[in-house]
Amino acid sequence: MRPSTVLCALLGATACRTTPAVKPDTDFYRRVQADLIRAKAGDVVELPEGKFVLDRSLTSVASDITIRGKGMDRTILSFQAQEQGAEGLSVKGDHVTLEDFAVEDARGDAIKITGSDGLVIRRVRAEWTRGPDTGNGAYGLYPVNCRNVLIEGAVAIGASDTGIYVGQSQNVVIRGNKAMKNVAGIESENSKQVEISDNDVTDNAGGILVFDLPDLPVQGSQGTRVFDNRVAHNNIDNFAPSGNIVASVPSGTGVLVMAADDVEMFRNTVSDHRTLNMAVVSFQVLQRPIKDARYDPFSERIHVHHNTFKGGGNDPAGLLIKVLTLKVGSPLPDIFYDGIVNKQKLAADGSVPEDLRLCIHDNGDASFVDVDAPHDFARIDRDLAHFACAHPPVAPVTLAGIQ
Amino acid sequence: MRRGVALAAVAVAFAAGCQHPQRGPRAGPERVQPHTSEPWPEHLSEWGLFRAADATLEPNPGVLPYDVATPLFSDYANKLRTVWMPEGTSAQYDAAQVFALPVGTILSKTFSFDARRIETRLLVHGERGWVALPYLWDADGTEATLEIVGAIVPVRSIHYVVPNANQCQGCHEQDKALVPIGLTARQLNRPGQLARWERLGAVTGLPPLEQVPQNALWGGGEGVERRARAYLDANCAHCHSPRGPAASAGLDLRSSTSEPRLLGVCKPPVAAGRGAGPGMLYDVVPGRPEASILPYRMRSTDPGVMMPELGRTVTHAEGAQLVEDWIRQLAGRCD
Repeated sequence: MRPSTVLCALLGATACRTTPAVKPDTDFYRRVQADLIRAKAGDVVELPEGKFVLDRSLTSVASDITIRGKGMDRTILSFQAQEQGAEGLSVKGDHVTLEDFAVEDARGDAIKITGSDGLVIRRVRAEWTRGPDTGNGAYGLYPVNCRNVLIEGAVAIGASDTGIYVGQSQNVVIRGNKAMKNVAGIESENSKQVEISDNDVTDNAGGILVFDLPDLPVQGSQGTRVFDNRVAHNNIDNFAPSGNIVASVPSGTGVLVMAADDVEMFRNTVSDHRTLNMAVVSFQVLQRPIKDARYDPFSERIHVHHNTFKGGGNDPAGLLIKVLTLKVGSPLPDIFYDGIVNKQKLAADGSVPEDLRLCIHDNGDASFVDVDAPHDFARIDRDLAHFACAHPPVAPVTLAGIQ
Repeated sequence: MRRGVALAAVAVAFAAGCQHPQRGPRAGPERVQPHTSEPWPEHLSEWGLFRAADATLEPNPGVLPYDVATPLFSDYANKLRTVWMPEGTSAQYDAAQVFALPVGTILSKTFSFDARRIETRLLVHGERGWVALPYLWDADGTEATLEIVGAIVPVRSIHYVVPNANQCQGCHEQDKALVPIGLTARQLNRPGQLARWERLGAVTGLPPLEQVPQNALWGGGEGVERRARAYLDANCAHCHSPRGPAASAGLDLRSSTSEPRLLGVCKPPVAAGRGAGPGMLYDVVPGRPEASILPYRMRSTDPGVMMPELGRTVTHAEGAQLVEDWIRQLAGRCD
């Protein structure tokens, strides 16, 4: 018996009227799931207006279809009665468009798309309605092993890992979305040719993450453009389940690049993050053992320019960061660099080759620190002149087969 | 004689003490009626796989029942597995992959609890690839009807879930295509079974049996490692293998895998979310099942945590115990 049931029994029936048992809408499930199973190339599976309570996953495997509702606030698939399935909506197949509906309160991920080539997610909302909670599902919008992906006009709220996450994918555009109250707002992980632009990323624990992680079949995170985003006060507590990588992201992190290569970040407004507005680090800062021989833990060819930074660094979260503050001083600077480089690639004079450097220029009055982590913070460097260089622009993403 | 059979059927039903006395299945054709394209038969009887004999299903001529070494756990359901192939055709032996099966092949798996049949899943090798067709039995066991959206059926004390046709692909997938799972050399290599298949002409290319790989028999007396690895192979590897639907997780739980990292040993979770478990850092921590994510997810019944994701609503305590025993006797450490 659940505690709430016990409480109801003790307090009498009236005490429980506010939390009625949710009854699944079985007819809706049968109708929509049957449509999804019968869907053939060119079909549009229409979702009606209304809020529909489901007790199991909806699954789609057809190619060349559209699943369309009446609007992200008018067609709501609520999984609050979910008994079965690791996600709310599970999608496979190529050339799939999802638009104008919401998935709420899935027990696992809200919408997971696996192995799709040609995926559009437009004006879709993924939300856990109770707000931040460790018991929420991990990912809101979750394409993995996909190619040619466009996510635009979407909203992700409350994910216990990442609101909008793309993993092990290639050719991805994430633009004009809103991500809030997730552990991480938007993350690109082990993906290539990714554009993250014009998004509003606020009130998460971490704003935008560009990661490359070990032990995954698809290695490397290359060619990411992060621009024109508004990344502000991502300062809520990190509520990720412990053990997950994202649980290591300190609350109050704006933009974080870890172990990724070829990242260009420009024209973003990054403001008021209690720990760090922007950080570029190696996977080694996590102090986790690396046992994957193919893995490259270094962030290389990172280019930061024409961003606007404001506020922040005044109330760092996490013990390690607090210790760091003792060395660096408070508030922490806008742009943080751990200084960890691949020693095997250094030039004869010990410098980082031009094409692998961290380059920073034209960011207004942004403050900076290279903490020189490899030498136990021996030569902390705040002089941006040492990083005044530029890389050729990362090429814009071309999506094949998507308008 | 007929009356005797009927009485026996009733007696069996009563002996099982169930509220769903099972009559014999409705009489269908006496030979298999293959279909390789739509429309698929609305009723299971139209396939002619089973004879209307008594409360149990009796396969018609040419329908070959088979068993696997270590089965997939499905809420303690009993399973009857059969294979039918067009006359003059056979399965092509393969040491590592699922046997190649000819177009027209019909695989069936009937799930029952006590004496009550719940569902029969067909995998049919059609002209355009494999198709999954779930048939749901009526309460008295006379007929099963195609139910592509699946069902939730109260049985014993659980809500038994019949998966929908799309969910079949959640497990039955290699390189994005729907395929059978269990018909591998190591799973079919039970005492006498493959030799019988060869005698019946159901398999070609079978090498001498001592060269055929073999999964440990579930409930048999082999060592913990062999039994646990067979269990992971049968219950996890259909997704957790390089061409399976969970390839992105980076595990390969097939019996043939030897690299510890691919078995989860000291491998951190990546996208596990709540599945990572409280304070757990690795899928498998040698010697420490209580700190290992893999058995944690095997024991969970929370849809957002449990593994496998589909196909069970209760914990397979014996399976989890076996995997924990295996982890306990692994040597090494992760830090």
